[in-house]
Amino acid sequence: MTFQIELKGVTHAYRTASGPLPVLDNLSLQIPEHSFCAVVGPSGCGKSTLTRLVSGLMRPDQGEVWLSGQKVTGPRPTVGMAFQNPVLLEWRTILENVLLPLEIVKTPMSRAEGEARARHLLELVGLKGFEGKKPSELSGGMRQRASLCRSIIHKPDVLILDEPFGALDAFTREDLWCTMHDLRAEEPFTCLLITHDLRESVFLADQVVVLSGRPAHAQHILHVDLQGKRTLDDLYSQKAVEMLAVLRHQIQLAQGRVPEGAA
Amino acid sequence: MNDKFLKIGVPILFIVAVIAIWEWLVWFYQLPNYRMASPSDLIPKFWQFRELFVVASWETLWRTVVGLALAVAFGTGLGMIMGFSRIAREGLYPLLVGFNAIPKATVVPIVALMFVGQHDFNTVLIAFMISFFPIAVSVSIGLSTLEPEYRDILRALGASKFTIFWKIALPKTLPEFFGALKVAVTLAFIGTNLMEIVSPHGRGLGALFDSGRISADYPLMFAIAVHVAALGILLFLRGCGARAYLRGWAERAPS
Repeated sequence: MTFQIELKGVTHAYRTASGPLPVLDNLSLQIPEHSFCAVVGPSGCGKSTLTRLVSGLMRPDQGEVWLSGQKVTGPRPTVGMAFQNPVLLEWRTILENVLLPLEIVKTPMSRAEGEARARHLLELVGLKGFEGKKPSELSGGMRQRASLCRSIIHKPDVLILDEPFGALDAFTREDLWCTMHDLRAEEPFTCLLITHDLRESVFLADQVVVLSGRPAHAQHILHVDLQGKRTLDDLYSQKAVEMLAVLRHQIQLAQGRVPEGAA
Repeated sequence: MNDKFLKIGVPILFIVAVIAIWEWLVWFYQLPNYRMASPSDLIPKFWQFRELFVVASWETLWRTVVGLALAVAFGTGLGMIMGFSRIAREGLYPLLVGFNAIPKATVVPIVALMFVGQHDFNTVLIAFMISFFPIAVSVSIGLSTLEPEYRDILRALGASKFTIFWKIALPKTLPEFFGALKVAVTLAFIGTNLMEIVSPHGRGLGALFDSGRISADYPLMFAIAVHVAALGILLFLRGCGARAYLRGWAERAPS
C-alpha cells in the first residue's frame, strides 16, 4: 500500500549556539490517502518541525519524507498550509486573500473559475457576504475560516494544519471542527493536523499520533473508529471518552509524569 | 466635528494661533527686530524680495526633490539588501549609524571642496546624504521583521523570493516606508539649505538667508525661515498625497 504522506525514520536537530538540539528521533508515520491524521504531543516536542518537513520548507538531517509516492526535496504546490496565525494580507479583501495561492501555483483553473471556487468555499465556511471585506473587519474565528479556504483553494492533495484552532475560543473552535468535516465531505484531501487539543484530535482524525518528548518519535498511534458522520455529541460517547483517556495517559507518559503501566 | 475640518481647518487654526502669539509676544516685550522680528515685519520683506523668493524657492525646491528622489531609490535598495541578507545587515548597520552621526555641517565644506564649483551636484548630494538613512533603516526593519508565517504560506507553494517580496514583503513594508518618507522630506530640506548657507553660491533660499545675515536684514532672515517651513509643510503634504495614492493602488490591485 502506498501512502499519501509517509515519513521514514526522520531524524532532525536544530543547530543552536549551545550545540545541536535534537527534535525528532527516527520518526515514522504513514498516512493513507484522504485520511486525517492528528499529531499531539508535549509542548516543544517538534510538532511544528514536522509540518515544515512535510511541506518541504525544511529537509530532515536523516530519513525521508514522501508525498504521493515522491520523495520531498523542496516545497511543492500540491500542499496547502494553515497556521495558528491566519496570516491574511490586510491590504487585500477576503476574496483576494483566498485567491492568493492561485497567483503562485499553476492551475488549470481560469481566473473566473478560481473566483467561483473561492466564493463557494467562503460560503461553505459561513463567510458568504464577507468576500469584499478587509481582514481587519473580521473576527479571529472568521479570519481563520478565510485562512482555511485559502489553504485549499488550489485543490492540494495534502493539507497541513499547524494548530489552526489554537487561538480561538471553545465555541468557535467546535464550530470550525464541524466546518472541517463539511469541507472534507465536499472534497477529499489528506490532512495532517498538529494540535494540543485531544478532543479536537479525536473528533477530526482517523488516526491520532502521540509524539514522545523531545527528541520525538511516534510513541503511540490511536485509530479512531467512530463510524458515520461525527457530531459533537459523539465526543461524550463511551468510546470517545475511552479514547481520550488513552490519549491523556500517553501524553502524560510523553511528559514523563507517570510510570508506564500505572493507569 | 467632521473629518474635513479636522484635517484642514484645525491645522490652519493652529498655525494662525501660533503666528498671533508670536506677534503678541514681540509686541508685549517690545523686542527690537534684531532680537525677534514679528510676523507683521515679514510681509514687507516678502514683497520687497518677491522675485528673489520665487527664484530661490525654485532652486531650493528642485534640488531638495532630486536629492530626496535619489534617497528614496538608494535607501529602498539598501534597505532591501539589509532586510534580506543578515550579513549585509550586521555589516552595514554600524557603518550607517556612524555615517549618520557625522554632523552634516562638517560634511558640507568637505563636499564643497571635493566637487568644487559643482554647486547643484553638491547641494543634491547633501540633501541625499542626510535623508536616505531613515528610509534604508525602515525598509530593512520592515523586511527583516516580516513574520515567518507570511513568508511560509507562499514559500510552501514554491513561490520565488521575488514573488514573496512583491506580493507580501513590499506591501507590508509600505507603512514603515511612508513613515520614514515623512522624516526624509524634512531632512532633505535641511540638507539643501545647509549647503546653500554654509557654502553659498548665491543660489537658493539658504543663500538668500546668508545675504540677509551679511546685510543685517533680520526680518528677511526670519521671513526665509518661515518660508522654508511653509515649503517643508507643502512637500510633506505631497508625500502624504503619494502615500494615499500608493495605498489605494496596493489595496485595489489584485494582480
